[in-house]
Amino acid sequence: MAEKRIVLSNCEEIDPDNIETYLARDGFKAFERARHRMKPKDIVAEIKKSGLIGRGGAGFNCGLKWEIALNTKAKNKYLICNADEGEVGAFKDKYILQHNPFGLIEGMCIAGLAIGAQQAYIYLRTEYGFLYDHLYRAVAQARERGYLGQMDILVFEGAGSYICGEESALMNSIEGYRGEARYKPPYPPTHGLWGMPTIINNVETLMNVPHIIAKGAAWFNKMGTDRSKGTKVFSVSGDVKNPGVYELEMGSSLKELLDLAGADDVKGVQIGGSTGSILPASLLNTPLSHETYLGCGAVVVFNSTRDIIDIVYNNICFLSEESCGKCTPCREGTEVMLEIFGRLSRLEAEHANIKALEDVAKTMAVASLCGLGQAAAVPVLDSLKYFRDEYINRIEQSVFMRSYLGGEMSKA
Amino acid sequence: MSREVPSIPNSRTQLLPLLKHEFKKDGFISKEAMSAVAERTGLPLNEVYGVTTFYSYLPVSKKSKNVIRVCRCLPCALKGALGIIESIQKELDIAPGEATADGKFSFELINCIGACDQAPAIMINDQLFGNLTPDRITEILKSY
Repeated sequence: MAEKRIVLSNCEEIDPDNIETYLARDGFKAFERARHRMKPKDIVAEIKKSGLIGRGGAGFNCGLKWEIALNTKAKNKYLICNADEGEVGAFKDKYILQHNPFGLIEGMCIAGLAIGAQQAYIYLRTEYGFLYDHLYRAVAQARERGYLGQMDILVFEGAGSYICGEESALMNSIEGYRGEARYKPPYPPTHGLWGMPTIINNVETLMNVPHIIAKGAAWFNKMGTDRSKGTKVFSVSGDVKNPGVYELEMGSSLKELLDLAGADDVKGVQIGGSTGSILPASLLNTPLSHETYLGCGAVVVFNSTRDIIDIVYNNICFLSEESCGKCTPCREGTEVMLEIFGRLSRLEAEHANIKALEDVAKTMAVASLCGLGQAAAVPVLDSLKYFRDEYINRIEQSVFMRSYLGGEMSKA
Repeated sequence: MSREVPSIPNSRTQLLPLLKHEFKKDGFISKEAMSAVAERTGLPLNEVYGVTTFYSYLPVSKKSKNVIRVCRCLPCALKGALGIIESIQKELDIAPGEATADGKFSFELINCIGACDQAPAIMINDQLFGNLTPDRITEILKSY
């Protein structure tokens, strides 16, 4: 199956440094339509009808979120574009920002009209700092053209923190606090930046908005599955011939995506980054959608030479380092997992460790404050489900090695 | 370009842009810089310190002239980040977390920089190097 480029339709077609090239391809027509012919509640209704779901990974209904913000009375409202793409294996937002910043700005302008925001932020991760000038110029061009009359956009750069991609931590970061997650509820559409109604949308979500306004919810609704409408942009990396960014209709199978990226030898795949599900090759026919597996669309492929324990260990190293430390289940839980995976890799593990991993995983899933801790256990539990024999094998090797070497191991 | 400092709606939101400005100037956040930022935002120094040290790209001690950052996350690890790390270690005779005696290079392992399609990737200061092989390290480091 071929790619279906909607979000990426203008990428590599326009000059990302020149707004004229975007306007020449019907750029900002959707915004003009929304501005002159639609009321805020019509825009929200159209997005709601389209069934657009947030593309950042959490999978919340976009129109519903906007409706809450629209209906909340407040002096100020804010819009934030989450461009803090820190998820392991994700680089699609970087590609979009590089190739079509105007599409994003148009989406933001429409979102601003819909909820009545006066100020918007693009929260850019510092690792993408080289895109700051590029985005700044794009915003300036849109401002010169009069598109930012109702709502101005400020590019705000982070300073190196994975957790700042989590919406409440991101708001703390903008407000000048440590980027730690907040207790929820209340949620940002009613109590966000400085306690005001705030909409936070991923880059890709906002990129969909002009297309929906221009072509209508019914057009968008025709693509995808029951609950997942439209397309999804995937970042594919790891053991593939052509790593890169691919856009497919929602519900396309994992195999179709891997065929595009050129994966011949697949032992397994991790979908959705460091907290994503791990699937074995036998499940490659799984459709990719919000009903099944998706996350932010980061897909990392590993071939038959790879050791599953090394892969999960790498995930856990990352998560324990990036845990913000505010809540105990995540801060301590990731450390416990790190300790156990350390033992597994040093051939010091015991059978009881698997049970311990499962116990910690369950506690973290129910008791952590934000998505990081809640989902940290996903790759651990998935790998135990599909590749349990590798854990058992590793532990039995360890037991054998310890008895074979006697006390020598501990000295070495 | 230096980062825009928001003028609204209260002074605390200026904290991160101001700290980044100090970082751009000196390459780290000195005690003096922190005091100046504290004064400008009207925040206590301990608050400024707390925020500064939360972020991995706002170091509080002086860095060497060039900072080498090697991505060690899954996609880069699969594509041979370990070989790159070993090659840098051999070339500069320092381990991750250390700096060369002449202050020219320091060496850090970092988390995903979103260059997974060019794995293994490293950053030297603001410059990205992708699709690396261990033998290219010598030539890259020589250019600094």
